[in-house]
Amino acid sequence: MLSARNLSKRFGVKRVFDRVDVSVVAGDFLLVTGPNGSGKTTLLRVLAGLAAPTGGELELPPRESIGYLGHEPLVYRELTPLENLQLFGRLYRVPERRERIGMLLERFGLWDVRHDRVGTFSRGMQQRLGLCRVLLHEPSLLVLDEPFNALDAAGAELLDETLTELSARALVVATHDPERVEHLATDRLAFA
Amino acid sequence: MFVVKTISLPVLAGAAAVLMALAIALIFFYAPTDPDQGLSQRIFYFHVPIALTAYAAFAWGAWKALLHLWKRPHGADLESYVAIHQGVIFGSLTLLTGSLWAKISWGVWWAWSDNQLVLFLVLFLFYCAYFMLRYSVDPGPARANMSAVYALFGVVLIPVSFLAIRLSRSFIHPVVFTSHGPQMTGTQFLTFCVSLAAMLALLATLYQLELAGKRLDAHLRELRELLA
Amino acid sequence: MNYLADVGALARKDLLLELRAKETVPAMLLFVLSTLTVFHFALPRGTGHVAALGLLWVALVFTALLGLTRAFVPEREQGLMDALVLAPADRSAIWLAKVLAVLAFLGLAEVVALPAFAAFFSGIDGRTVAAVALADVGICAVGTLTGAMAVAGRARELILPLLFLPLAIPVVVGGVGASAGAGGRYLGFLVLYDAVFGLLAWASFEYVVSET
Repeated sequence: MLSARNLSKRFGVKRVFDRVDVSVVAGDFLLVTGPNGSGKTTLLRVLAGLAAPTGGELELPPRESIGYLGHEPLVYRELTPLENLQLFGRLYRVPERRERIGMLLERFGLWDVRHDRVGTFSRGMQQRLGLCRVLLHEPSLLVLDEPFNALDAAGAELLDETLTELSARALVVATHDPERVEHLATDRLAFA
Repeated sequence: MFVVKTISLPVLAGAAAVLMALAIALIFFYAPTDPDQGLSQRIFYFHVPIALTAYAAFAWGAWKALLHLWKRPHGADLESYVAIHQGVIFGSLTLLTGSLWAKISWGVWWAWSDNQLVLFLVLFLFYCAYFMLRYSVDPGPARANMSAVYALFGVVLIPVSFLAIRLSRSFIHPVVFTSHGPQMTGTQFLTFCVSLAAMLALLATLYQLELAGKRLDAHLRELRELLA
Repeated sequence: MNYLADVGALARKDLLLELRAKETVPAMLLFVLSTLTVFHFALPRGTGHVAALGLLWVALVFTALLGLTRAFVPEREQGLMDALVLAPADRSAIWLAKVLAVLAFLGLAEVVALPAFAAFFSGIDGRTVAAVALADVGICAVGTLTGAMAVAGRARELILPLLFLPLAIPVVVGGVGASAGAGGRYLGFLVLYDAVFGLLAWASFEYVVSET
C-alpha cells in the first residue's frame, strides 16, 4: 500500500527529516510521535502525496484511496456541513452520497447542525466535520495529523471507536499524546 | 546552445573575447558609414544582436522550463532561471541601446513607434515579475513548478505581444519613423553576423559562469548541512 | 461527464462562498464606479471619445484585478487547496471553476460599469460589449492562473498585479482597438488571445498547484 525508503525532506537549507523508512499495509497502524515542530506534519504531508520528498523513494496508492486530515480540518467555513460533504462527495465520486453523508453526520453528532455555517461551530465540531470528510470516500489509507485536536471527551471517544473499527485499513496517525492510541499501534516512528 | 555543455568555460570565455574584439573592430573600422545617420548608426550592430541574444536566452529558459515540467531532470529549474536572468540582463541592454539610438537618431529618449523596443519593454516587465515570483516563494518544488509555468507563458507572450503592438499602431501612434533593419549589403551583413556570434558567445559564457556559481553555492550549502 | 460535474460542483462552491460573504462583488462595483469618477476629473476638456474608452479599459482591468486578488483566498487561508488537490478530480477543473466564478463576478460589475460609463462619458456600442465579453474570458483565464501563483507565496496582493499586467497588455490593445472601431480584426485578436492563453492556463494549472 504505502512504502517509503530512505525518505528525506529539506526546505532550502533546513533539513526536516532524513533516512525515513516506512511500510504500511492494510491492517497496519503506524503511530508517529514527537514534540511539536519535529517534522511529523511534514512527513504526513509527504505520505499523503501533498509534498514531494527531497530524496528517497515513495510508493503511494492512487489519490482516491487516500484520506488526509491535516492540522486544519480542511472544510469551508462559509458553507454548511451538508454543502461541504456534498462537494467532497462529488469530487471523490462517492456512490450513494446522500445516504453516506447522512450516516456520517449522524454518527459524529452533526446532523442537527447540518444546515448551519461551519464558521459558527466550535473548533471541536469543525474537527468532527473534518473527520466526516476524511471518511466519506472510504479510503484504504488514512493519514491523520493530530486527529484528537480540539475534540471534547465525547468526540474523542467517537474517534477512538472509529479508529478501532478501521483497523482493517492502513492508518498513519501522528499525535503528541500517544497513550490514547498506543494499544492500537502495530508500528511506531518517533521524531526527536 | 547544446554545444555549450561540451565546451569548457575558459574556452568559451576565450572564444567570446575573440569574437567580441573582432566584432568591435568590424563595427568601427570595416562596416560602411551610413550616409544619413553617420557614426551613430553603428549602434545598430550592437542593439539588434543584443536583442536577438535576449530572445535566445528567453527561449532557452522556456525550453528548460518545459523540460522541468515534462521530464523533471534535476537542475532544469536552475538552468531555466539562469537563462532568464541572463535574458533580462541582455534585455536591459537592449532597452538601453535602443533608447540611445532613438536619442541619437531622432532626438527622443523613447520611440513608441519602434515595435521591437516596445515589445522588449513588455517582456522586460514580464520577466522582472518572474523574479518577483521567485523571491516571494520559498525554494522547493512549488517554486520550480510555478517558475516553469510562468516562463512558458513568457515565451507565448512574445508573438502575441508583437501582434498586439503592431495592431496598436493603427490607432495610437500616427507618427512613423523610418525603421531600422535596412537591406544589408555584404559588408554590413558580415559585421552583423560577427556581432551576433559575439553576443551569443558572451551569453553562453555568462550563462555557464552564473550556472557554475549557483551550483557551487548549492553544493556548499549541502556540505554545510551534512556537517551540521 | 465526471469532469463537467466536478467543474459544476466547484463553481457552485465559489459562487455560494461569495453569496454568503458578499465581499468581492460589492467591492468591485464600488471600485469601478469610483475609478470612473476619478477619470472624469483626470480627463481635460476636449478629450476625445477614444481617450475615454481607453480609460474604460484601464478601469476594467483593475477592477478585474481586485476580484482576482480575492479569488483563492478561502483556499489558501484555510489550507483548503490541499483538500482540493488531493481529490481524484482533475486539477484543471479547479481552474475552470474559478474562471467561471470570477467571470460571473466581473460580468456583474460590468453590468453596472458599462451603463455608468455611457452616462458619465459617451455611448457604448455593440462592438464594445463584444470586446468586453471576449476580453473578460482572457483576463479571467490568465488572472486565475497568476492568482494561484501569487497566493502561494508571501507577497500575495503585491505580486498579482506584477504577474498579471504584462499579460494583460495585449488584451487592452485588442479591447481598445475593437471599441474604438478600428476594425473587426481586434475582436479576432481577442479570440486568438483567449484561445492561446486559455489553453495554456488550462494545461499548466496542474503544475502551479501541485508540489509534487
